[in-house]
Amino acid sequence: MPGVLFFAFFAVVPMGLAFYLSFTSWDGLGDPTPVGLDNWRKLIDDDRMVQSLWLTVLLTAASWVFQTVIALLLGVWAAGRQRNRAVLSAIFFVPFLLSSTAIALLFYALLDPNFGIIRENILGSSSGAFLAIVFVGGWQFIPFHTLIYQGGARQIPEVLYQAAAIDGAGRYRQFFSITLPQLRHTVTTSTVLMVVGSLTYFETVLILTKGGPGTDTAILPYLMYEAGFKSYDFGYASAIASFLVLVATGLSLILVRLTGFGGMRSTREGM
Amino acid sequence: MESNNGRSNDGQPTGGGLSSRTFSRRWVLGAGATTLLATGLTACGSDDGPGGSGGTIDAFVYGDDAVKVQQAAVERFNKSAAGKSAKGKVKLVRIPGADYTSKLRTAMGSPSAPDVFFNWGGGSIKAYQEAKQLVDLTDTIEGDPVLKSGFLPSVLAAGELGGRNYGIPMRGMQPVILFYNKSVFAEHKLQPPTTWDQLQDINAKLKKAKITPFALGGADTWTELMWLEYLVDRIGGPEVFAKIQEGDASAWGDPAVLKAAETVKELIDDGAFGSKFSSVSYVNGGAPAVFAKGKAAMHLMGSWEYSTQLGKFPSFAKNNLGWCAFPTVEGGTGDIRNVVGNPTNYWSVNTRASNKDAAIAFLKDCASETYAKALVANGDIPTTSNAAKLLDASPNPEFAKFQYGMVEKAPSFTLSWDQALGADIATPMLTEINKLFVGKSSPSQFVSALKELK
Repeated sequence: MPGVLFFAFFAVVPMGLAFYLSFTSWDGLGDPTPVGLDNWRKLIDDDRMVQSLWLTVLLTAASWVFQTVIALLLGVWAAGRQRNRAVLSAIFFVPFLLSSTAIALLFYALLDPNFGIIRENILGSSSGAFLAIVFVGGWQFIPFHTLIYQGGARQIPEVLYQAAAIDGAGRYRQFFSITLPQLRHTVTTSTVLMVVGSLTYFETVLILTKGGPGTDTAILPYLMYEAGFKSYDFGYASAIASFLVLVATGLSLILVRLTGFGGMRSTREGM
Repeated sequence: MESNNGRSNDGQPTGGGLSSRTFSRRWVLGAGATTLLATGLTACGSDDGPGGSGGTIDAFVYGDDAVKVQQAAVERFNKSAAGKSAKGKVKLVRIPGADYTSKLRTAMGSPSAPDVFFNWGGGSIKAYQEAKQLVDLTDTIEGDPVLKSGFLPSVLAAGELGGRNYGIPMRGMQPVILFYNKSVFAEHKLQPPTTWDQLQDINAKLKKAKITPFALGGADTWTELMWLEYLVDRIGGPEVFAKIQEGDASAWGDPAVLKAAETVKELIDDGAFGSKFSSVSYVNGGAPAVFAKGKAAMHLMGSWEYSTQLGKFPSFAKNNLGWCAFPTVEGGTGDIRNVVGNPTNYWSVNTRASNKDAAIAFLKDCASETYAKALVANGDIPTTSNAAKLLDASPNPEFAKFQYGMVEKAPSFTLSWDQALGADIATPMLTEINKLFVGKSSPSQFVSALKELK
């Protein structure tokens, strides 16, 4: 019960308020003026929304590929029992402990065209800025997903590998025939977290590119921030926020559906 | 105005620059955030008592290094006869630069709004005026000789909304100036340009010598905005933007705007800003360093560039920093004496202030010689009409007198566009300007996009 109350008070109520605000016009002063569906119409007609949605999808996909591949391999490697792996894993986990803002500021300095390490026009070019955001996000979150995969890989019963070894399966064969299928629910969990995370990805964009060059990295959360805290159009910002909630909920549901609701079931069924 | 984000001269904005620029662009780079005194909005106590006398006056101020001048004024006022007779004490609430405009907006929408607050005049206070939160100070100024004749007229006018005054100037002037590196100019036998042809000639010579003509911190869009502000003025005169400022979006269709955008594109294609300008930042010291180290020969920037350089590269600031007006454009109607930038910052009074008399008495102190002297000692140029005689005491009298003369003689002083327009228009405008500079939109697409801004 307390959990439900907390969730209602700190998540459901603010969400409901934002949804209400999306049907009003409000600049932060005085009272909101009801404007019906104006903000939602604007959302549908806004060329920037289309670009922003596309960028958000692209960022999510690119981040997923980049993070999943690396985190899965590292996680499986770190699941080994050798002592040095534990130490290395611990060190490797450090980036996740830093704040996103600090990480973004660090990379902003490293990418400075005059004083940084890479003296190229990276953040000022569309593809460079986009890749920088994918990379910085990956650098921060791969450790976390590695941890999830490490946990998943450790759950795989040793007997499966022993049996495979007797049948003459090599390391690669074992990885593709045992480890990967056994990790499928871990992949689902990690993917849902990544997708929802990408939809709320904000500080890095704000600090590294401010949505630029032009509007080429203005993903949905940044667009929402700009509408709310730069243009002071809280009605429109709330419409974008509500839209984000819908997208995130929809995506999570689709992901869970596609992968079956078996996430709760043991992967060891039938053993 | 993150544009505001960076200039308390805004910017973060806005000069704001905030944010985004938005605002004060008077960053002494590297000097980290100013000490925050209790920023939270907890520290407010405007009780809504109708016209009650007595009580504390909360004054929100942009918290950069110049705040010490206001702090001294507050201490003086609280001890003064004027303060005692108005039965009010002023309490200064410093808000760190980048957060200023959004913090102010949040506070003004809440029951604990400040009684007096710092702003950039014009569009930066339009929403508050429309929400009837600002005391109209026009009659107060008219009826008080000290206020009426105490400030340069162009400065008072620049902060007006619909011909009425809602603010009293309280900081130094921040015109945008063309700075140049004297040693680079001397080495290549160049003279500061007064016409566009001369400027192009200089650019050609500099490029032969492998020097970037202009430093530009294009990662902060408000630096790019300055180029358009001056080009539109020099090509079509101040009337072009004046129409836009009055709410006529079709005025973006004036040929001067297109010509200015085309000129910007020529400069970029010509390499006038180098190839990496879109990832160079002003706020983190990138563009000033490129300029100070001689990699770029000129820098179009607000007058705070001098303090920035003095903080980062003192010997460059003292020996090699030159300054001049933005050149005229052949065939254009704009006077070379016209200025763009931030005339100053203003104090405005909230209509819900518990003690308006005390608030206005406090504002009057900004016209005093004591206050102006404190600004001068801090390296700022007061906008009071008698400031000229105080400038010998400035850390750099030569630069101070140049700036003062520039503003005093200016036929027109156009407020930075992102401050002059409301945030709802300024934000998308800055985005379009950035798209023009990074080649995402052509000059004609730029103009069409601006005409859509309403």
